[in-house]
Amino acid sequence: MLPNWATLSYLVAIVLFIIGIKQLTSPATARRGNRIAGLGMLVAIGVTLGLLHAGWLYIIPAAAAGAVVGAVASKRVAMTAMPQMVALFNGMGAGAAALVALGDWHRITAGGQSVGTIDSVTILLSCLIGSISFSGSIIAFAKLQELMRGSPITWPLQHSLNALLLGALIGIGAAIVVTGAWGVLLIVFVAGALLLGIASVLPVGGADMPVIISLLNSLTGLAAAVTGFVISNYALVVAGALVGASGSILTLLMSRAMNRSLANVLFGAFGKVTPGAAAAALRPDQTVHPTNVEDVAVLLCYAQQVIFVPGYGMAVARAQHEVKELADLLEKRGVRVLYAIHPVAGRMPGHMNVLLAEADVPYPQLLEMDQVNPEFARTDVAVVIGANDVVNPAARNEPSSPIYGMPILRVDEAKTVVVLKRSMNPGFAGIENHLFYDDNTLMLFGDAKDSVARVIAEVKQQANA
Amino acid sequence: MSKTDAVVIGFFIFVLAVFLGIELISKVPSILHTPLMSATNFIHGIVVVGAITIAATARGQLGAIIATAAVFLGTLNVVGGWVVTDRILGMFHRRPQPKPPAEKG
Repeated sequence: MLPNWATLSYLVAIVLFIIGIKQLTSPATARRGNRIAGLGMLVAIGVTLGLLHAGWLYIIPAAAAGAVVGAVASKRVAMTAMPQMVALFNGMGAGAAALVALGDWHRITAGGQSVGTIDSVTILLSCLIGSISFSGSIIAFAKLQELMRGSPITWPLQHSLNALLLGALIGIGAAIVVTGAWGVLLIVFVAGALLLGIASVLPVGGADMPVIISLLNSLTGLAAAVTGFVISNYALVVAGALVGASGSILTLLMSRAMNRSLANVLFGAFGKVTPGAAAAALRPDQTVHPTNVEDVAVLLCYAQQVIFVPGYGMAVARAQHEVKELADLLEKRGVRVLYAIHPVAGRMPGHMNVLLAEADVPYPQLLEMDQVNPEFARTDVAVVIGANDVVNPAARNEPSSPIYGMPILRVDEAKTVVVLKRSMNPGFAGIENHLFYDDNTLMLFGDAKDSVARVIAEVKQQANA
Repeated sequence: MSKTDAVVIGFFIFVLAVFLGIELISKVPSILHTPLMSATNFIHGIVVVGAITIAATARGQLGAIIATAAVFLGTLNVVGGWVVTDRILGMFHRRPQPKPPAEKG
């Protein structure tokens, strides 16, 4: 049992977490919120160190190394690499949760005691959830970092095999609890859980990453909460529950923004659509209308309202600073500039907001889907930068399309749509986009950063002329 | 208090905390989704508290290795997650930031 002063100090830490999270719900107070939560963490760690009577030898160097690596990595990472960084840190937390459970098991058994039923259940649950989230996060990281293919990786009977594996893990866990025989069974159990994490994330495609990252975040929260049961620490239970709840809400929001169930994201292997089925919808007489930077510059200069619609392509090309520069030039000419942000544009929730904030776009200009959709009809030029599925009108008017029903940005209602795109390859979902063939759509092919930079040069010439 | 009692009370607290979490977070604007995820990502680093607790009672070489690894990963999560969140939130501004004089003109 903890001394009362320690329990009450943990309560202070938890209250600071709650106040911090509360403040994170408004852009004006969010940074302070994170700092308050950080203070809560310092209190929690301080109390724990204050209770310490042994183990300094391991703790100090390990904590120092972790702090240095974490600080350096997070200071250096480019904003465009943020999704994989979040995935990686998430995996570290999950791994730590599983290790704490293993450590507690080792403490009990190395002392020659047998593990009680309650302890066995909590230890195994923590190992299970922590290991799944750990290896799943590592795979998500590898996909986002492009260490491996981002598209879904599938194999026959995938979901049956995963379900079978989960069933086997529950069976092994039950056997351990009932027989009290750990040893090899525990190793098999952890290895199986790691395998399940890998096998669950491999079939998830790049465009579904916002959902899977939120889900993994939620799982790690749950792992932390269960670890709290293992070591009877309610600070872990509450903090883990808060994270688990928030991750679940984000997961549901993201799934809803794609009009898909969570099960469909996990088991659908979206983006594995058979190419024939999707391409067949295209009429043979439809052609794209390529354009050039000069024409785009003229269009933009004489527009009254321009909306930029960023997608993952802008992140890949790292074009956010150029986009902001172009927006500034246009605003100087009296053009009203807005940004339309789809909730699942990019690879993590809110990805585009972060990139544009990095380029110093004031956040009141970043409009959510519901706010911005009525604007398109009175917009002269909508500039789509590396977005595809989130602007595909098929979601509205083609019941046969795999993305039918997904809420989209109605860019096709703008007078002219300029699409910046590398080539005519279909997007991540592999679905043909009729927007690109519309008569009021102009395609500007090339690297987004380069294209925008050349448009900027043209706009400047217009100003001088 | 037996271990079972502790787990039951813990479960009681857990369920209440889940409802609190849902209430707290359900009204976050989408502009803050990334920092929110990143901040909660940092908060689950609280497992480092568990790691330190385990390290204090670790026995033998294996126990020491497990505890050291857990403390390392937990601290990495806490520090990295917090710094990233702070960095992201430092970029959100209501108005454009005044540019350094060199860029004017």
